[in-house]
Amino acid sequence: MKVGVPIEVSEQELLVGATPKTVERLIKKQGFEVFIQKGAGLRSKYFDKDYENAGAKILDTIEEIYKTADIILKVQGPTEAEIDMMHKGTVTLSYLWPAQNPELLEKLATKGVNAIAMDAIPRISRAQKMDVLSSMANIAGYRAVIEGANYFGRFLNGQITAAGKINPAKVLVIGAGVAGLASIGTAKSLGAIVRAFDTRKEVAEQIESMGAQFLTVEIEEDGATDSGYSKVMSQAFIDAEMKLFLEQCKEIDIIITTAQIPGRNAPKLILDYHVAALKSGSVIIDLAASTGGNCVLTKDNEVYTTDNGVTIVGKLDTLPNQASQLYGNNLCHLLDDMGKAEKFNINMEDDVVSRAMVTYEGKVNWPPKPLPVSPQKTKTEVAEIEKVKPTEEEIAKGKAKSTAISLAVIGALLLMLGQVAPADFMGHFTVFVLSVFIGWQVIWNVSHSLHTPLMAVTNAISGIIIIGGLLQTKDNLNDPMTIIAFIAILVATINIVGGFLVTHRMLKMFRK
Amino acid sequence: MISAQIQTAAYLFAGILFILSLGGLSSQESAKKGVLYGILGMAIAIVSTVLGEGVSGHIYIVTAIAIASVIGIMVSRKVEMTSMPQLVAILHSFVGLAAVLVGYGSYLDPHTHTLIGAAHTIHLVEVFIGVFIGSITFTGSIIAWGKLEGKIMSKPLVYPGRHVVNISLVIISLILTYMFTQAATMEEAMIYLYIVTAIASFIGVMLVMAIGGADMPVVVSMLNSYSGWAASAAGFMLGNDLLIIVGALVGSSGAILSIIMCEAMNRSFLSVIFGGFGSTPVAASTQEVEGEVTDVNHEEVAGMLKESNKVLIIPGYGMAVAKAQYPIKEMVETLEKQGKKVTFGIHPVAGRLPGHMNVLLAEANVSYDIVLEMEEVNDEMEETDLVLVVGANDIVNPSALTDASSPIFGMPVIEAWNSKQVIVMKRSMAVGYAGVQNPLFFKDNTDMLYGDAKASVDKILTFLN
Repeated sequence: MKVGVPIEVSEQELLVGATPKTVERLIKKQGFEVFIQKGAGLRSKYFDKDYENAGAKILDTIEEIYKTADIILKVQGPTEAEIDMMHKGTVTLSYLWPAQNPELLEKLATKGVNAIAMDAIPRISRAQKMDVLSSMANIAGYRAVIEGANYFGRFLNGQITAAGKINPAKVLVIGAGVAGLASIGTAKSLGAIVRAFDTRKEVAEQIESMGAQFLTVEIEEDGATDSGYSKVMSQAFIDAEMKLFLEQCKEIDIIITTAQIPGRNAPKLILDYHVAALKSGSVIIDLAASTGGNCVLTKDNEVYTTDNGVTIVGKLDTLPNQASQLYGNNLCHLLDDMGKAEKFNINMEDDVVSRAMVTYEGKVNWPPKPLPVSPQKTKTEVAEIEKVKPTEEEIAKGKAKSTAISLAVIGALLLMLGQVAPADFMGHFTVFVLSVFIGWQVIWNVSHSLHTPLMAVTNAISGIIIIGGLLQTKDNLNDPMTIIAFIAILVATINIVGGFLVTHRMLKMFRK
Repeated sequence: MISAQIQTAAYLFAGILFILSLGGLSSQESAKKGVLYGILGMAIAIVSTVLGEGVSGHIYIVTAIAIASVIGIMVSRKVEMTSMPQLVAILHSFVGLAAVLVGYGSYLDPHTHTLIGAAHTIHLVEVFIGVFIGSITFTGSIIAWGKLEGKIMSKPLVYPGRHVVNISLVIISLILTYMFTQAATMEEAMIYLYIVTAIASFIGVMLVMAIGGADMPVVVSMLNSYSGWAASAAGFMLGNDLLIIVGALVGSSGAILSIIMCEAMNRSFLSVIFGGFGSTPVAASTQEVEGEVTDVNHEEVAGMLKESNKVLIIPGYGMAVAKAQYPIKEMVETLEKQGKKVTFGIHPVAGRLPGHMNVLLAEANVSYDIVLEMEEVNDEMEETDLVLVVGANDIVNPSALTDASSPIFGMPVIEAWNSKQVIVMKRSMAVGYAGVQNPLFFKDNTDMLYGDAKASVDKILTFLN
């Protein structure tokens, strides 16, 4: 099997489909032959020499690549010219955005190309290693904070210096997917105060675990869907959200927006009046710029400053060297899963392959049927559980009732006992019951790690049975009682001495 | 000779000291003081009893105490920390034996037969109960000792209808109690006493035989509780408040420990008291285990350790068996010197005794600040780079949470699989005490390192240095 890596046609694309490291892996571990177009890695600082050292063959023209290769590793979806160069049965791996590009799919299908959309890999646990969106989002989230700090031009962390106090910067992250969480982590580690908003309630915990404050609106509506992305929210929710953002804008220094809905334009979350409310010098990093931007004023692939001094960033450095490596690894993992070179096959039964393979044997295979991202309780199940579960009030009432009943029973039993038992016994019985209560209260406080010493001590203390033996010893050795008592004292003492000494030994070892 | 009032005052003081002693164990700092209180209390109790009225045969008392002290000192010096569970179990049996003997003695005491009416009946019932509980404790503890020592197979011994047998035995004992109180002559009564001793001894044996090795922590603490109740019963028959107080303290302490253990293993407390709770037939799990087992060598593990910042070690019985706590301690020191954060996660039922792992780690001088409980480590699992499971199995089994057909379903476990990488150190792929397969071993982020835990850690250490 021959794998080809052409130069990306779009000059803005700095990534490349394979790096020397992934090439080495494709050749040595998976058994492919790899052909690289001359200069393919230059934009991400990988040189032809390195590819050759890794075992790849360098071809001069893009035509040669497409003619030779069975599998094409690309970043951007192929152009029409590129499709023309392919032959029937070529497998391509690249971004395709199938929902936005129905004509492109049509063309690929007509040509008989089996195209895999890396962006359509389902977001299930097994496919995480091939999830390019996650690996790229991670980079974007990190980079967003770095760029934001750059344009912001001030410290992110708070300091108190001899020259005066510096307040920490406040960063607002909108959308807590992979990119959002990466941003939160990076901003937090630079010392900023980080707040985050997401329509999906389930991510609140993730946001807080990264050290940010979760912002929410008063309206009960969950944006989570089965696909793992969020859905479009109701008007009332959006109004409340807009109000929340407006209040935040008055104090926030850097806004990072990452909200995307698959197959649609990015939702408009930061409107002109929000931008107007921001302080001069504030920065908006719009990670959704390529799909229209979360901010209405964002210009794709541009960085500019508004009249009121807010810098809006619609273009990010993608860290091509690193990003290509991660992207290439994702492609490698997919090829690995598809059987490597030797047993390479397209298994349409496989959930991952069948969803990502958007054109197959001349047909468009899109959109796929939905696949839930994580097994969740169905609504009816939840409702049933709620029905069965009594309210707290009922539980408390029930408890009070059963306590009353058991107290009454205990009282009656004690009365009955008092009628028959001699006074002597009742005295001992009182001592007994009270001791049980004391023991109960004292022991609950014992620390978990001291359970073994506790057991050894209680064991030693239970040797108190020795008193029984002491009281029964007689002067006469011929009296069977003396023998019995002698043995009782003997074993009880072994227990006492052994128990205490061992406990002592154990406790000596505990040290801070 | 001291007066009865002084003796009561001394008993009261001893009682207070015992309560303080148990209270002292609530933290590491005050624990040593707690032991001193206990020793002091015991000394006061013994001295004030011996000096009290009506005690004779001082020469025999002193002799017995002297001989036993020597034995006790020798035993406690010699025992290894890893055999602590066995020692505790065998010491329990001594208390049981003493309780039985005191019961017999009390019956033989001429004073018993001067009592009349309800007082006489109640006294006889007390004797009977004391002997009954004492015998169960005695034989049960011996069996527990045998299982822990490996002299008796640790597999539960179950026969059909054993609950019926046990219940009928208890009913027979109740009937015998009645006959005992009504017996015309002492000889007749003694026969009933012998029979009930035999029955109770049998119950004690069967109770513990029916329980598997993994459930030993519960059994040991349950027997601890029984030995306390036996002492209390002796207190009743002798009319001695100190015995009653201390017996009740020990009894409730053991009961609480058992409850804690039961909660940790998701078992009902009642089924423990009646025994044989560890014997749920091991159903073949309906969930197929998916995935492949991958193994690594020592050098690779050392490499992973070098690359990790946050390491968690989960010890189990395998660590105790291999005595791996010393090299582990050394490894922890090495890693800490390299600036890594290393903690231990202790499952409540790891080992064969409550707190077993803590004691072993303490023996190896591991600071207790880095020894954490299950909940604490579970909260931080996702940030953990590497988890080393040393000789543990069931306590890290994910099917306890996911597979309703698993015999350990519902038991809280340490969720090692949520970390970034797991290394399981084990001798083989054999199942744990619960007899179930562990899907953890098949996870993508789990690698197996086969071999004796101590040898493995030693080898890793050489690669680390």
